[in-house]
Amino acid sequence: MSLSPDQIERIARLARIAVSPSEAEELRVQLNRVLDLVDQLQSIDTAGIEPMSHALEALLPSGQRLRPDVVSEPDRRAEFQGVAPAVDAGLYLVPKVIE
Amino acid sequence: MLNATLAELASALAAKRISSVELTTLFLARIAALNGALNAFITVDEERSLADARAADALRARGEGGALTGIPIAHKDIYCTRGIRTTCGSKMLANFVSPYDAHVIERFAAAHAVLLGKTNMDEFAMGSSNETSYCGPVRNPWDLQRVPGGSSGGSAAAVAARMTPAATGTDTGGSIRQPAALAGVSGLKPTYGAVSRYGMVAFASSLDQGGPLAKSAADLALLMNAMAGHDTRDSTSIERPAEDYTRSLGRSLAGLRIGLPREYFAAGVEPDVLARVRETVAWFESQGARPVEISLANTRLAVPVYYVLALAEASSNLSRFDGVRYGHRASDPQDLLDLYRRTRAEGFGAEVKRRILIGTYVLSHGYYDAYYLQAQKVRRLITQDFVQAYRECDVIMGPTAPGTAFPIGAKAGDPVQMYLGDIFTVPASLAGLPAISVPCGFDSRGLPVGLQITGNHFAEATLLGAAHRYQQAHDWHLRVPKETPL
Repeated sequence: MSLSPDQIERIARLARIAVSPSEAEELRVQLNRVLDLVDQLQSIDTAGIEPMSHALEALLPSGQRLRPDVVSEPDRRAEFQGVAPAVDAGLYLVPKVIE
Repeated sequence: MLNATLAELASALAAKRISSVELTTLFLARIAALNGALNAFITVDEERSLADARAADALRARGEGGALTGIPIAHKDIYCTRGIRTTCGSKMLANFVSPYDAHVIERFAAAHAVLLGKTNMDEFAMGSSNETSYCGPVRNPWDLQRVPGGSSGGSAAAVAARMTPAATGTDTGGSIRQPAALAGVSGLKPTYGAVSRYGMVAFASSLDQGGPLAKSAADLALLMNAMAGHDTRDSTSIERPAEDYTRSLGRSLAGLRIGLPREYFAAGVEPDVLARVRETVAWFESQGARPVEISLANTRLAVPVYYVLALAEASSNLSRFDGVRYGHRASDPQDLLDLYRRTRAEGFGAEVKRRILIGTYVLSHGYYDAYYLQAQKVRRLITQDFVQAYRECDVIMGPTAPGTAFPIGAKAGDPVQMYLGDIFTVPASLAGLPAISVPCGFDSRGLPVGLQITGNHFAEATLLGAAHRYQQAHDWHLRVPKETPL
């Protein structure tokens, strides 16, 4: 499978990464090389094989642990917002969303 | 002192032959002298390191403290550290100071180790050469024109050049083991779930695992005693009784069944690397171990599977970098979409963007089954190969990497060529198995060769024990790189 320029644009839009037209062509070439590499998986017979999402199933037969659904974290909003690029009155600032 | 083991440093500190402040000062001076050439450290905070050292000295003066008290340890810049920036090798986090410490950082603090600094790494741990770092490439102390491997390249180079007694790293598809091999140090990737991922910037969550790099297997065991253990803040942290990773260091090799996968001793591996690994296996045999030929038939599929699954997970994990909550933010955004798109275009480097885009593609509508689901199925086939193999053997040996350290820039233009170098490290990552890399000699250019020993789940102590016996009879791990003499 080979990616077209349109597909590169679509993927970049989904990934929320701005890509200039000159970058797009170089990306297309490199991404196609990587896809050539992973395309060898297509010919493998996996009929009847269950997908494996993580290595834990062998280690934690009961699956991932869930904690009780109770508040476990103290309020550290001020601390966490201290590293944000733009906040005001406890709110994160972003460009206007609703006209 | 620069070339001493952790046990030797601990006994020197306990006997008051040296203080932690003196020891820390010694390593800080070594970093100051060598970092200009190697670029192994991103951040060094001398005041913080010396404050840790003074606290450790005070503790030892009261007759308290443990195996790591007062010993300087460097941390890969992927571990969040309160009060010291955590860049993850990215422009995106170039000025990020975490409001909390990673679990691993807490554990070393609880052991009263000294935080010596934050080491360079491939951006977001995405790379096998340490060339993708926003802070510039790390140079290999064995040959300054060559890479130290990656992504924990700064940690590996720092240990190799004796700028730190030991360091932490993380390994998603080989990022501890491959740089350990290329820089001539010892490195352990623990069983998935053994070390908490809390506060470790995420790359591919089903594969990411923290672990130590040091000169010797015995040192790795001491570091694991501090690092490993259950943590409720990581839902994949395994709940099991604490273990002493040093417990098998004296164990005999007699009867140890060593699996030798046909696929690991094949074309594509540099002849010098194969020769060193074969010599090493022969030594184990001379000690009573029994080689068994095995097959890991799906080995050639491990790299494609890994680069589908890891990149899919990365595209999801890195969606958090949006210019809103932390990290880089594009200036004067026109609207929210423009903020996201330009923040990410400016904040991420080329390799990270490639990986996010591929990950986005393989998860996108219409391609999910063909790529992501198929890769998860082949992941199970690769894991089943190991289950089968461990019926016939106790450990598996082979080269850590198909070649020794390559020149800076040699593979930078071709991501696929770089990815193929991960062929022997990604299988254990996909199966969640522990694996160690230890130095086992040099190639004809004088570059270190790494032996990888893979074990079954939670067999870290067995791996460390076997590697320790080897290191008692060999001195490869004690050799100091010629570019960084003591």
